[in-house]
Amino acid sequence: MPSKFSNWVTKITAVFKKEIKSEFRTRYALNSILMFAVVTLTTLSFTVGQFALTNPVKSALLWVILFFSAMSGLAQVFIKEEERRTASILKLSALPNVIFLGKFFFNLVLLFMLEIVTIPLFLILLSLQVESWLLLLVILLLGSLGLTSATTIIGAIVSKTNVKGTLLTVLSFPILLPLLVISIQGTKLALDGSHLAGAGSEIIFLLSYTIVMLTASILFFETVWME
Amino acid sequence: MGKILLFLLMSYVIIWAYIFPAPQQSLGEVSRIFYFHVPSAWVSVLAFLVSMLNGIIYLKKRDLNYDIKSSSASQIGLLFAFLATVSGSMWAKVSWGAYWNWDPRQVSIFILLLIYGAYFALRSAVLENDKKAALSAVYSILAFITVPFLVFIVPRVFESLHPATSVVDQNLKIQMSPKVSLVFFPSLVGFTILFFWIWSLQVKISQRVELKKGG
Repeated sequence: MPSKFSNWVTKITAVFKKEIKSEFRTRYALNSILMFAVVTLTTLSFTVGQFALTNPVKSALLWVILFFSAMSGLAQVFIKEEERRTASILKLSALPNVIFLGKFFFNLVLLFMLEIVTIPLFLILLSLQVESWLLLLVILLLGSLGLTSATTIIGAIVSKTNVKGTLLTVLSFPILLPLLVISIQGTKLALDGSHLAGAGSEIIFLLSYTIVMLTASILFFETVWME
Repeated sequence: MGKILLFLLMSYVIIWAYIFPAPQQSLGEVSRIFYFHVPSAWVSVLAFLVSMLNGIIYLKKRDLNYDIKSSSASQIGLLFAFLATVSGSMWAKVSWGAYWNWDPRQVSIFILLLIYGAYFALRSAVLENDKKAALSAVYSILAFITVPFLVFIVPRVFESLHPATSVVDQNLKIQMSPKVSLVFFPSLVGFTILFFWIWSLQVKISQRVELKKGG
């Protein structure tokens, strides 16, 4: 078994490396989500930065930025395979589960890179006082995991349609809304200075959401991918 | 025969909903909408379940008839979700003071409407029938597994004005005076039969349309 598992990990890493390589040739997805986030953030800071915003408003704004930036770039990972007509070759060279997980981790890294740039900027421009850094990090980590797990499979669905532009947002929003509501609630608790235990139900919610979404994605990805 | 029975049942529900005393004394006469609001909300969720199950059967058997069944159930579900939203917000205006106040229950029904909307947006974005069927089946499954989070967990985290225990209480015992349940349960059954009847008609219509397109 261990050899089988390590074999599997090697294959996923290979897909992941391939994604990184092809992304850094053009930097299309990374540029588009980063610029989207920066533009939105600047607009926000320019228009409402001078007002004293309450913590619930600030945490909601943070997740609105993250959600829409993710929407602008995370479907690329599948759409580019269809556009460059490389999907068939990929289908032949790896198992669907391996492809899904490789692309999932790539999207996750993309989202983390976005957060590394956006969140410090957000903290500075909207002058946030974070009372509990640990909780903020945990909520961001788990929220991103859930966000990526749902958008990766929906991105796969979108890449098979004839209209690719705005469909990802339309399809993801109803599925992601419970996650967003709870992440916003958790971020608010972190800004207010709650301990990890105080946000226990939020953390459990985010974890279970991610597990459910990932399991369903792995089950159904093959159906979508082979379509 | 079935149609006559359904007619009698619905007539019974409509007449007795107005003759019996109002179900909730504290809310008064307006609470009679309970007999129609709760069954519509029930049907809108049931239709989604039926649609998803037919989607799963499609994925197994790859027979486009199941896709027609699935999309027809969604079409009727959208109608009932709309009815539940409108009747609910009318009730909310009287008892909570505003048509819409983002109560977690209102959020849930709103999301259900959005899911139906997204489902039809996805269907209209794919041209090939079998691809459309498979993609929309997978989407409805993905949407369905997030429903428990929305219906059972989010209202627990946030406070809701909506009674969670109006029909069954925490011990799953029916919480209703006998007179109310004499109208409510027939109404629930009547709405369910009504749904399955409209659904079978819609399936027949869609099958004819597909046949005409194909031949």
